[in-house]
Amino acid sequence: MSALARLTATETKLFFREPMIVFFALGFPPILLVILGTIPAFREPDETLGGLRAIDLYAPIIVAMGVALFALNALCQLFATYREKGVLRRMRTTPVKPRVMLGAQLLMATILSVATMLVVLAVGRLAFDVRLPRQLPAYLLGYVLAALAMFAIGLLVASLAPTGKSAGAIGTLLFFPVVFFAGLWVPRDSMNDVLRTISDFTPLGAGVQSLQDAAAGHWPQLLHVAVMLGWTIVAGGLAARHFRWE
Amino acid sequence: MAIIEVDSLVKRYGDHTAVNGVSFAVEPGEIFGILGPNGAGKTTTVECVEGLRTPDGGAIRVCGIDPRRDTGELRQLLGAQLQESELPDKLKVGEAMELYSSFYRKPADWRELVDTLNLTDKLDTQFRRLSGGQKQRLSIALALVGNPRVAVLDELTTGLDPQARRDAWDLIEGIRDRGVTIVLVTHFMEEAERLCDRLAVIDAGRLVALDSPAGLVARVDDRQRIRFRPSAPLDHAVLAALPEVTSVERAGSQLVVTGTGNLLLAVTTVLARNQVTAADLRVEQTSLDDAFVALTGRPIDA
Repeated sequence: MSALARLTATETKLFFREPMIVFFALGFPPILLVILGTIPAFREPDETLGGLRAIDLYAPIIVAMGVALFALNALCQLFATYREKGVLRRMRTTPVKPRVMLGAQLLMATILSVATMLVVLAVGRLAFDVRLPRQLPAYLLGYVLAALAMFAIGLLVASLAPTGKSAGAIGTLLFFPVVFFAGLWVPRDSMNDVLRTISDFTPLGAGVQSLQDAAAGHWPQLLHVAVMLGWTIVAGGLAARHFRWE
Repeated sequence: MAIIEVDSLVKRYGDHTAVNGVSFAVEPGEIFGILGPNGAGKTTTVECVEGLRTPDGGAIRVCGIDPRRDTGELRQLLGAQLQESELPDKLKVGEAMELYSSFYRKPADWRELVDTLNLTDKLDTQFRRLSGGQKQRLSIALALVGNPRVAVLDELTTGLDPQARRDAWDLIEGIRDRGVTIVLVTHFMEEAERLCDRLAVIDAGRLVALDSPAGLVARVDDRQRIRFRPSAPLDHAVLAALPEVTSVERAGSQLVVTGTGNLLLAVTTVLARNQVTAADLRVEQTSLDDAFVALTGRPIDA
């Protein structure tokens, strides 16, 4: 097996040996969807939402929140802890390159968070009759772009934070504004113009809108694609530049 | 031809010069020791050899490779065991071996390595549940899994109990027998004396001596010391008159005779002539510890 495949497999195994991280990264989003779905008002069509039900709007928001949890909680904490404990230092004496190490983390995070996304979609469809995305390729595109932007931010935090604990703290601090602008408390459709404009330029604001557009059968807007790519390039570039083995 | 060449290596950290003009060459197949007190610059020196640090001056070649320019190739040829590095807590021994062997072009058979290092019954044990000695053995196994030509072992036995330390020594000799050249960083005299073919003594960033352990000792002096308890009172002058003897002192009920040459024969002949027997007789020769004090002006653990 190649180093990348072996590293990804090993990292995935290790991930599943941390029950708390697994719960928040993989289990929490579907559970939140179920909790919201049991609120009767969320299942009533709403005229101000253009006849949609709140639960229909929340499905993409929760998918996006899952990505944020994974990136800002699990990924950045795991990676910064590796550096703190000398795991990366040890690896540096082997032929493995930093990009392979980062690549394995990104692959694992993408695979596992796609799995969470599928569970959220399935629960929404089966339990609450949330329609599956009409434009599936567009949905996947929006999802992958949002995930890449968030993972790049997570790795940037891991590169900059001095310890695993501080990476976790910074990640949590970032989590709240990121999911606020993704519409977790106030959906984008209910935001005023100022808030929605700010949201357009945040990675998950752009991400959620792209998912909602795809769910309704449209391709993502150019602005949102550009915003997500921009975050990926800037945060990813900075993460690679500030990458430290020790 | 030397497998490692270090020529006038200089490494500074800010105003502090950690390594100041160190030169040595390691021959293929030897166990080469780097001995010195804590903070002498031993680890900095080997980290430059391992390509982990960029020297401020001098040149290094490992198998003809410049560690900073062709780092990728170096990693295939040099296995390292580092101080203060760990594996993920929940990674199992077998998984670590499998993972690390996937990093190399021509890895060794990791199962055989694990067997040699007596870790086969620990394959399913997580790293955090290993004892200190087991962690060190795993660390050696990981340093060797790429089939390296050179292995650098830094303070390998620090923190191990005496039995585990002796086991590690046997292992290191076993690795050399596989044809791997070993650079061993240590501040244990006993370890250096027992294992190393040649030693570089480093103090305050400078190379103070480079020789075999016996050569270092001989270089310092060939003085011997005999201690014993005489069965009957003995006039010191009788012993002091011998050409081999330089001094005679009393220490409690014991006599301590210091001298050179065939000291033991001279002293025992005089004792026999005076019908005195020597109880608890011990002969002490200059040790590597004494040599270290003579070379650096202080004991290694001071």
